[in-house]
Amino acid sequence: MSSELAPRAGLAEGPVGLGGQLAVVGSTPSRKLPPAGAGPLHEARAVWVVLKRECIRFASDPLRVIVGLLQPVMFLFVLGSGLGTLVKFGSHLSLRTFLYPGAAAMSVLFTALFSAGSIVWDREFGFLREMLVAPVSRTSLVVGKCIGGALVSSVQGVLMICISGLAGVPYNPALMFTVLAELLLLALTITAFGLVVAARIRQFQSFMAVTNMLVMPLFFLSGAMYPLSGLPTWLKVLTRVDPLTYAVDPIRRAVFEHLSSLPPALTKRLVPGVTWDGWHVPLGLELTVVAVMAFGFVVVAAIEFRQTD
Amino acid sequence: MPGDTVQRVACLGVAAPLGLAGVDGAGSAAVDVRGLEKHFGDVKAVKGVDFQVASGETFGFLGPNGAGKSTTIGMLCTLVRPTRGSATVGGYDVVRRREEVRRSIGLVFQDPTLDSYLTAEQNLRFHAELYGVPRSLVRQRLGAVLELVGLADKAKTEVKNFSGGMKRRLEIARGLLHAPVVLFLDEPTVGLDPQTRRSIWDYIKSLKASEGTTIFMTTHYMDEAEYCDRIAIIDKGQIVAMGTPTELKASVGKDRVQISTGNDAGAIRALKEHFGLEAAVHEGNVTFSVAEGGEFVPKLFSKFAEVGIPVLSVGVSRPSLDDVFMSYTGTTIRDAEAGGGPSEWMRLRATRGMRR
Repeated sequence: MSSELAPRAGLAEGPVGLGGQLAVVGSTPSRKLPPAGAGPLHEARAVWVVLKRECIRFASDPLRVIVGLLQPVMFLFVLGSGLGTLVKFGSHLSLRTFLYPGAAAMSVLFTALFSAGSIVWDREFGFLREMLVAPVSRTSLVVGKCIGGALVSSVQGVLMICISGLAGVPYNPALMFTVLAELLLLALTITAFGLVVAARIRQFQSFMAVTNMLVMPLFFLSGAMYPLSGLPTWLKVLTRVDPLTYAVDPIRRAVFEHLSSLPPALTKRLVPGVTWDGWHVPLGLELTVVAVMAFGFVVVAAIEFRQTD
Repeated sequence: MPGDTVQRVACLGVAAPLGLAGVDGAGSAAVDVRGLEKHFGDVKAVKGVDFQVASGETFGFLGPNGAGKSTTIGMLCTLVRPTRGSATVGGYDVVRRREEVRRSIGLVFQDPTLDSYLTAEQNLRFHAELYGVPRSLVRQRLGAVLELVGLADKAKTEVKNFSGGMKRRLEIARGLLHAPVVLFLDEPTVGLDPQTRRSIWDYIKSLKASEGTTIFMTTHYMDEAEYCDRIAIIDKGQIVAMGTPTELKASVGKDRVQISTGNDAGAIRALKEHFGLEAAVHEGNVTFSVAEGGEFVPKLFSKFAEVGIPVLSVGVSRPSLDDVFMSYTGTTIRDAEAGGGPSEWMRLRATRGMRR
């Protein structure tokens, strides 16, 4: 029986394992449980069940999907079409196509934050306690929550990809895959960031207030709404500091690579890429910046939840 | 004065070697607590408690809110770090072997900790995964515990549709799912109506019979403490008395026996002569006090039959645990609560600056 479980950590176990305990006390067959899991496989089960719960909760609330989509769709089609009358690119390119990467990022942003915020909710309604007293590491709980939040948010991303045609973005499998992967990475980072914030907050309302306060500047400074070149110095510096910049730019690069018959000069003007003091940051490094941040936030969140005890 | 069957404070094994306590899970007691203390700043919530809970026993912690019950349970469940002293649960030290302790215990908190948007079954499955119940046994355990608390037909119902009593039962089922050595119930019936409280107790009694689990519970309901095999009365962070409910009540005072006879004067004389008891007529009945009144009555009957005094009716009233609490703390539990200030958890939260 125990062979299909995790290898028992020999160091941590005393002469009498837990399995022995369980069996000794039991008087009926039902109580003779084999050794309870410990070690990597047990932790993996914890990660899995936490993310599974995230998915169940998400699936049982279809309204959330729609509400989550509302803001980016408004941004893309209302703002995009409205401002589009002011902005003419002198080509068949529409402003909506330019704004699309930002809208996609936005859709993931809200859902991921909401997912992370549900931990504040869980705290208020007691369920967090059920998780915190369990014999699993807090890191597993945080990792499960992050992956769960990222997966759930990428559902939002999939929907955004589905409507990308309306924004003049071609349905190209390679492009769709790239965008989804980049959104997933972003969602992971944002969920982890949300958990870092959520660990310190006791009320869901406060969480929403704090995240809203952070999201707007992050979004406006990310280059989601304007090209990253030719900006005033102060704004240029701020955009380079904003982590979201490094997630939006790769998506925009991918989208513009798949647009046919655009004058190269226009592409260069609209998608100049991120520069650090004149140095052109390559795509790989941009994604690395996002991934490193995701990792960093997960570590900080895990440390925070380890102390919540 | 309390009888000698009742263990008074600090008469438990203080001299036991603390270093050895339950490092390897070899101890026979399910819970073994020695000199446990917890201070929050200047406030001493628990001032050194000692007790053991035997395997299979139902042990009750009785006391008003703020007496130190929740803090003690928190320390035993590894949620609160003791300031001094030591404790083992299932043979594992609560400070050094937290993981093992957590795997050995089931917890039912005062406040609900269910995900009300999940079904009963989903809540239980979540728990099974977190506690590493072997996959092959999950289904069987799930069925067994739901059956035990009478919720088998509600497995697929979302918890938000449950009544307060059903939620509590589900939490108890969840606490048992991983077959813990000790099940901790912190005020399992608080906030429930009397009928539901009774039904919860029926379930607790039946799980005791079927699972043989050691149960450690806190309560401030006197009548519920009666269900325990043994009770510790805790007041102001200290155990003031410990024993079985019967012992405790016996320690307080004698039972009151009232008999109505055909010959009151003769009965009073006979009681004095044969049993050395002082009796008097109150409310038309011959009334006297005696220890273990129930056991005394048959003796009384045979003696009265011998001397020819007819007994028409008999009533024995026992001292309640309320009397016990009163006699050890000098106050009733309700009075103690009225003057108690904020509850322990509130204080805990305030001190720690966070809610769990």
